[in-house]
Amino acid sequence: MKGVFKFSILIGLLFFVVSAKGNILEVGISKPFKKIQSAIDAAKNGDTILVEAGIYKEKNIIIQKSIVLKGINFPILDGENKYEIISIKAQYATIDGFKMQHSGRSETRDIGAIMIYDSYKVTAINNILDDTNFGIYVQNSKSCTIKNNSITAYGKNEVQSGNGISCWKSDSLIIIGNKIKGHRDGIYFEFVTNSLVWRNISTKNIRYGIHFMFSHHDTYIGNVFEENESGVAVMYTQHIRMYNNFFLNNWGDAAYGILLKDISDSDISGNYFSKNTVALHMEGCSRINLYKNTFSFNGWAVKIQASCDNNDFTKNNFSNNTFDIGTNGSLVLNTFNGNYWDKYEGYDINRDKIGDVPYHPVSMYAMIIDSNPAALMLFRSLIVTLLDKSEKILPSITPENLKDNTPVMRRLAL
Amino acid sequence: MNKILKYVIFDIVQNKIVLLYTFFLLVLSLSIFSLENNSAKGLLSLLNIVLIIVPLICIIFSTIYIYNSAEFIELLVSQPVKRKTIWLSIFSGLSISLSLAFFVGVCIPVLIYHADTTGMMMMATGLFLTVVFVSIAMLAAGITRDKAKGIGLAILFWLYFSLIFDALVLFFLFQFQDYPLEKVMVFLSFLNPIDLARIQILLQMDISALMGYTGAVFREFFGTYTGIIISFIGLICWIIVPLLISLSIFKRKDL
Repeated sequence: MKGVFKFSILIGLLFFVVSAKGNILEVGISKPFKKIQSAIDAAKNGDTILVEAGIYKEKNIIIQKSIVLKGINFPILDGENKYEIISIKAQYATIDGFKMQHSGRSETRDIGAIMIYDSYKVTAINNILDDTNFGIYVQNSKSCTIKNNSITAYGKNEVQSGNGISCWKSDSLIIIGNKIKGHRDGIYFEFVTNSLVWRNISTKNIRYGIHFMFSHHDTYIGNVFEENESGVAVMYTQHIRMYNNFFLNNWGDAAYGILLKDISDSDISGNYFSKNTVALHMEGCSRINLYKNTFSFNGWAVKIQASCDNNDFTKNNFSNNTFDIGTNGSLVLNTFNGNYWDKYEGYDINRDKIGDVPYHPVSMYAMIIDSNPAALMLFRSLIVTLLDKSEKILPSITPENLKDNTPVMRRLAL
Repeated sequence: MNKILKYVIFDIVQNKIVLLYTFFLLVLSLSIFSLENNSAKGLLSLLNIVLIIVPLICIIFSTIYIYNSAEFIELLVSQPVKRKTIWLSIFSGLSISLSLAFFVGVCIPVLIYHADTTGMMMMATGLFLTVVFVSIAMLAAGITRDKAKGIGLAILFWLYFSLIFDALVLFFLFQFQDYPLEKVMVFLSFLNPIDLARIQILLQMDISALMGYTGAVFREFFGTYTGIIISFIGLICWIIVPLLISLSIFKRKDL
């Protein structure tokens, strides 16, 4: 008898699960629902709404139920340059496969295409956003997933444009495989914790490729940040992990491959920095492990201010940079060990592949240019080469303790 | 003119020193490129040769050549040939043969190993510097009759352009570092052909660092096509002006 009871519970549960999959509601010209909003109003939790291709101008679509909103062949949702396109305040809602265009703009409110407020486990996947102010906006939400969206804007200045993916006061977000272009900041995080940013491509934004503040315990893997006006800047954050990201072609007098300000207890590894004016700028940073990164063809590979302490550079490759390390003081509280420097001129008598004399990565002229930038124009002239050589023999301006005691002779295979 | 030119070129190309110079450049460039596994770094070593060795050899060789052919020049002057023709033929002969040496010695290895914009710019500026320093050598040789003095003057010119001028500019920069000096620096760089050449190569080679240069005036001026054209016009002026001065000296000179 007990067995039968258990069995019937199991059957009941199974039935519940099947029924939880919900009904399918269809929207389109020849379908029961002509408008998406009316289908949403008629839907129950767990229902799926399929939207046929076409142009839908529905002002602001509001989702407050656990439903799946799925577009077939990218139906177009048009914001007519006035409205927020979709607002979500729900649990377990999904938006999949829409093309959204021309969202509104506002001076006082953040308006965008997909706005997620106070939600839990909301997913935005495979959408194409074109000419939106903010692309996807997440506020006070948990465990949301933003995946494989293509977000393009045509912002002209910082004040009038929004961010591609903007997240505020959220937790456990997953942001994967999005392509973001032409916004103010590609990805913007403020008070976002325990999140994963993986394989996104953020290019040609007006300000930063990614910008975060007070966003602790986040992980960034395999993202590409290229040709952003000011590169990447991250601030006031602890316990970040950055692995295998690409920072490319960020050129300009205030452009950085990545600018780290007041970042501590973090891990930065396997990243590739190429053709940036300053690849890595560090200010007020503590206890960061930088290892197995590659710096090549940059103006300055690393600019490390004297306000940084206990950072550790190990096994990085430095090659073809105009200057390897720049600094602004003589105080050195950071360590450099076992890196490869293509400008190293030492020798290795005992053949252990480690140079026998320490390498001083700060050249005298890097110090001079730091205080007198116009002097860059004399770079590579005979007088400067002579000055640099004499400084190498008798250091006077460059910080004597900033050195790599175990520079490796050959480029590290990373 | 053609006959004299042909004779001068023929004479110089057969000259052992020029052959040695060509050979030296060729061996140096080839070894630089084949020793370094990184050809961009090889180009950097080559930069020093283009900016230092090439002007030095060109100016000293040309000065000595002019003094050594004093008797030949006297002979020609006694013939019904214009002095202008004689002087310009010697100049063209020297320029063409030394440029040929530079072409064989540096341009061909660069074309083989590193034929990008940086390499092209290095070849162009190297050829220009060759001719500029031949022209300056003509001036040095024109100023004084005394061979020792003339060669001394040539070395002094080289020292000035490759070392002293930059040292003065550096000194000037530090004395006036509180002032905006970008435009002054643009002007100053036109006063030295080696600086003009170096900046053009720098703009190709260290573009990442230069983009970070806060003054931006320099980059905006030299980085554009007009800037490149203007700086090459500057180099052409550096060929023409010393040549014309030396020509007017030679015309009135009592040989």
